[in-house]
Amino acid sequence: MINWANLISQMFNGLVLGALLALISSGLTIIYGTLGVLNLAHGAMFMLGGYAGYVAYTYTESFVVAVAAGSLFVMVAGVIMERVIVRHFYSRPDSDQLLVTFGISICFVELVRFCFGSLSLTVPPPKLFAGITSLGFMFYPTYRLAVVGIIAVALLVLFIVLYKTRLGMIVRAGIEDSVMVSSLGIDVYKVFMVVFGIGAMAAGFAGIVNAPVVSLTPDMGEAILVQTFVVVVIGGVGSFPGAIIGGLIAGEIISITSMINPGYAYVMLFAAMTLVLVLRPRGLLGSASRE
Amino acid sequence: MSNDTPKLPNLSRRTLLQVGAGAAGGAMLPAFSFPAFAAGDHPAIGTWPAGSSGNSVSLGAAVPRTGTYAVQGEDELKGWQLAVEHLNEGHELARKISPKTKKGVLGKEVKLLVADSAAKPNEAVQAQQRFITENKIVLMTGSTSSAVAVALNKLAQREKVLYVAGISGSNDTTGKDCVRYGFRQNFFGQTAAAAIAPVMIKQFGKNKKAAYMTPDYTYGHTVTKSMQDVLAKAGWTTVTNQVSPLGAPDFSSYLLNVANSGADVLINVNWGHDAVLSIQQAKQFGVLDKMKLVVPYQIPFLARETGGLMEGVYAATDYWWTIEDKYPLAKMFNAAFEKKFGYKPEWGAENAYISFIHWARMVEETGSFYPPDIIKTWEKGETIPSLVGDVHYRPQDHQAIRPVIIVKGKTKKEMKNKEDWYEVVEIVPGEGLMQKPDEFGCKLGDYT
Repeated sequence: MINWANLISQMFNGLVLGALLALISSGLTIIYGTLGVLNLAHGAMFMLGGYAGYVAYTYTESFVVAVAAGSLFVMVAGVIMERVIVRHFYSRPDSDQLLVTFGISICFVELVRFCFGSLSLTVPPPKLFAGITSLGFMFYPTYRLAVVGIIAVALLVLFIVLYKTRLGMIVRAGIEDSVMVSSLGIDVYKVFMVVFGIGAMAAGFAGIVNAPVVSLTPDMGEAILVQTFVVVVIGGVGSFPGAIIGGLIAGEIISITSMINPGYAYVMLFAAMTLVLVLRPRGLLGSASRE
Repeated sequence: MSNDTPKLPNLSRRTLLQVGAGAAGGAMLPAFSFPAFAAGDHPAIGTWPAGSSGNSVSLGAAVPRTGTYAVQGEDELKGWQLAVEHLNEGHELARKISPKTKKGVLGKEVKLLVADSAAKPNEAVQAQQRFITENKIVLMTGSTSSAVAVALNKLAQREKVLYVAGISGSNDTTGKDCVRYGFRQNFFGQTAAAAIAPVMIKQFGKNKKAAYMTPDYTYGHTVTKSMQDVLAKAGWTTVTNQVSPLGAPDFSSYLLNVANSGADVLINVNWGHDAVLSIQQAKQFGVLDKMKLVVPYQIPFLARETGGLMEGVYAATDYWWTIEDKYPLAKMFNAAFEKKFGYKPEWGAENAYISFIHWARMVEETGSFYPPDIIKTWEKGETIPSLVGDVHYRPQDHQAIRPVIIVKGKTKKEMKNKEDWYEVVEIVPGEGLMQKPDEFGCKLGDYT
């Protein structure tokens, strides 16, 4: 028999989980969509955002500064990574791109482990959002509620950048056909750098915003990267709206399955991905060109 | 057409002369030149005698230095490093546990080889297989996950190389997956449950409702099962069991189920960073205000990492440094460890240290590195010193019978220093905690 209070709680929780996954996945998907590079260091950038924010928080005790520092640091790291390493791999085989970004990911993780150790670190939520809120049907951590709002704003900003600006138009055109964009006289490589920076920043921002919910460890990006890939595959590779829908679906699958049989929560996530791959290989909102 | 005539190898005259000269020279050498062969006419087995024929012997450790159990793995590694150092210098503490130890083991320098297992069985097995093939290690160790311990047990039996388990809480390690070549010093699900349950019943009463959080592998399932079985005798029931994968990035869905379960007590079997995260998130969701938390298998550094969330929480553990007031060897160990590494040792380090020294004792007592003889020495089940008083290994399943320590998290006010996280509530003798040797289906297998 279904416990309705628990079902509603889990559906709500799925929304919160999904929002976070949507934000991280959107960064990954726009990088892949535009550059054609599957960035395996995306999870490490999520982790870097958390640690950079932690350092900023330690010195300033301001959560706002921590969020700004975490995001900007990872954006700069992303741009440097693109300029110094990744751009040399645009015309090389996919396997080389996977290997180099995987290698960069290991370097980031081990560098953080070297500097901070393996013991987990915590960033407290801002005082305004500390504690628990009663929603009538359940009690829920106030900060997690705030995370939904923060991520909604972040996704809105990304949406405006992608759909209401010239840069966004170029990026979306690049996702459809980067050769055509290049032949129109647009410096695609400069756009690539900006896109890589924005994508990395989305991961870094998610890393520090998520820091008070989890505790920081050098490996934290590993598990989230796997889920992010699932989200991107479900939503459609290269599709920004697809990442949001995929994120929300993934969050709901994890939450609702855990209510029925917790041991299958993550299994069902992969089962859903498999189903999408069988029925619609391009993903729910993916374009045929990236199939 | 049958051919019964034995074939001679295709030898050249030069090869024959070389072999003949070698054999003649060998026969003229005095017998004590080959101590590894002197113990008897044993045929070669595993890495014996190749691994112990030089001036040194190598031990292989596959330990998680990355992943969910990395923090605990590093602590274990320090325990092994200190043990190797103590053996090589003939440290007083090592000699108190292994009286025949002088310097090294049987006079040979001990070398420690280390690989990162990331707590994954396949990576641990690959690393140890490489150490066996390339370095001829005479002893394997490592685990912080019982899945690794079980896999290395099987490798040990197949390769005939001794294995002492690192941290491993599953009943299976010396139960259904036990092997002749594997030994475990530390406590496990059954003894943890048998030790902590009476304390829980005394504190919380009979007929309580328990919610479990269980990692989805052998350790989690067997510890939860043991807790359920023991507590059921006092009328406790399980209202929910939240099984999660190792390294889950978020526990919110599981915790909502726990929060809505109406449980009186949350028994958290998660380990490593999973335990840290699930307890921190349990606090965020208000679960810790609704129900009492119990940790049946204590996690090194948990109190430090959760920063105050273990206050008043009961846990069963292998070792806590403040028992040094009762056990002089623990005091010596704490002092040596802290001098070298700058903090009080946790139980991963204690188990690692004592496992190596116990192995060294068995080798010294045997007088040879021949594995079947070492096993037979171990199986005498003699009472031997450890850091928690005298212990012995049970010959039927190779499990050490040793006390389990029940601790309770101190409040900040009660803490005398920054590492004084727990008060020792009780030290429960091991004998009464053990299941019957065959209860978990242990069949040790062959010596050779």
